[in-house]
Amino acid sequence: MNTFLALLVRDIRLSVRVGGGALMGALFFLIVVVMMPFALGPDLALLARIGPAILWLGALLASLLALDRLFATDYDDGSLDLLMMGRMPLELAVAAKAIAHWLTTALPLVIISPLLGLMLNVELRATGTLALTLLAGTPALTFIGLIGAALSVTLRRGGLLLAVLVLPLTIPVLIFGVAAANAAIIGPVPFGPPFTILCALSLGSLVLGPFAAAAALRHGLE
Amino acid sequence: MQLKGQNLVCSRGGREVFSDLNFSLSGGEALLVTGRNGAGKSSLLRLIAGLVRMAAGQLTLEGGDGEASIGEQAHYLGHQDAVKPSLSVRENLQFWARYLGSGEGVEAALEAVDLAPLGGLPAAYLSAGQRRRLSIARLAAVKRPIWLLDEPTSALDAPSQARLTALMRGHLAAGGLIVAAAHGPIGLERARELNLGPV
Repeated sequence: MNTFLALLVRDIRLSVRVGGGALMGALFFLIVVVMMPFALGPDLALLARIGPAILWLGALLASLLALDRLFATDYDDGSLDLLMMGRMPLELAVAAKAIAHWLTTALPLVIISPLLGLMLNVELRATGTLALTLLAGTPALTFIGLIGAALSVTLRRGGLLLAVLVLPLTIPVLIFGVAAANAAIIGPVPFGPPFTILCALSLGSLVLGPFAAAAALRHGLE
Repeated sequence: MQLKGQNLVCSRGGREVFSDLNFSLSGGEALLVTGRNGAGKSSLLRLIAGLVRMAAGQLTLEGGDGEASIGEQAHYLGHQDAVKPSLSVRENLQFWARYLGSGEGVEAALEAVDLAPLGGLPAAYLSAGQRRRLSIARLAAVKRPIWLLDEPTSALDAPSQARLTALMRGHLAAGGLIVAAAHGPIGLERARELNLGPV
C-alpha cells in the first residue's frame, strides 16, 4: 500500500509541477465549449439539446490529449525499467499511474463541467446530473486509454496510433454517458439503465485496463 | 547465494544477440562482462533483470527469496538515470527508496555519493555526473543482493569513481553479487571476466 501511494503521490506531484498535461486538457475542454455557441449561433434550444454531447466529446478529447505522456516520460528516462523491478506487481503500478492521471486530468473537467454546462444553456438542475455522468464515465476513458498508451509507449510519436486504438473502445462510454446525461434533461429514456451501464464500463475497465496495459508494457520493452 | 545462467539465448528485434551463454556467480563475487559494442552486454544485464525475455535457457538464483523474481532482488543501473527533473534530489531518491524498498536510508545514501548538500535542489539543475551519482545513491539506499551495472563509471569523475568502488566493495563484503558491463576495469581487482565474443 505504501508503494502504491508513493507512486500515486509522485505522479500527482509531477503532474502538478510540470503542469502541461493536466492544464492542457482542461484548457482544451474550455476552448471547445466556449467556442461552440459562437460556432452554432444563438440558437439556445439547439445548444441545450446538444450541450451534454458537446461536454462529453470535450471530456473525451481532453482525456486523450494527455494520455500519450502517461508512460512516455517514464520510458524516456529509464524509470519504466525500474518500475517493473519493484516489489509491487506492474499491474498495480500501472493502476496507480492511471489513478493519478485521472485525478489530475479528468477530475478538474468534472468539477468545471457544471459551469460549462450553464454556458451551453443546460438547465441548472441538469448540470449536476451531467457532472455525475462525467464522474462515472471518465475513469473508463482513462483506463481504456491506458491500454493505448501502453501499446504506443515505444513509438516516438505514438499519439496518432494511440487515438486510433483508443477511440473505438471509448465509443460505448460516450454513447451511454450522453444517454444518461440527456435522460435527465429531455426525459423519455430513463436515467437508471444508461448510468448503471456507464458505471459497469468504468468498473470493468478499472480491472481490465491495468492487466492489458501491463502486458503491453512488458511486451513493448523487450 | 548463487546466480547461475545456463545456455542463455537472447534475441532482440529478430536478431540473435547471444546464445549458449553460461555463467555462475556466488555471493561476494563480481562478474565483469566485456565485449565489443553490440555484443550483448546490456542485453545480458536486462535479461537477468527480467526486462528482456529469455529466448531459451535457464536463469536460477539459489539462496535468495524463493517467492520473488530475480528482478525484484536486483538493482539495475542502466544508461539512463531515472531522475525526474521537476522533483528535488531528495524527493527523487525518497521515491525510489519507497518504491523499491522500505523507504529508509535516503540520507545515508545521499551522504555516500556526496549529494547531501544538494538535497533540496531540483534535479533539473544537476550535471550528468551528478545525476549518475543520484542513481548510484539508489543502490546505497535500498538493500538488494544483486547489482546489475551497465557501464557504471561513465560520466563519473575520479572522486565519484572512488566512492562507487567503495560502495561496490562494501556490497561484495556483505555477500552481494555484482554483474557489471564495462569496456575496461571498474576498480574491482578480483572480478571474474565474461567476454561476449563477436556474433
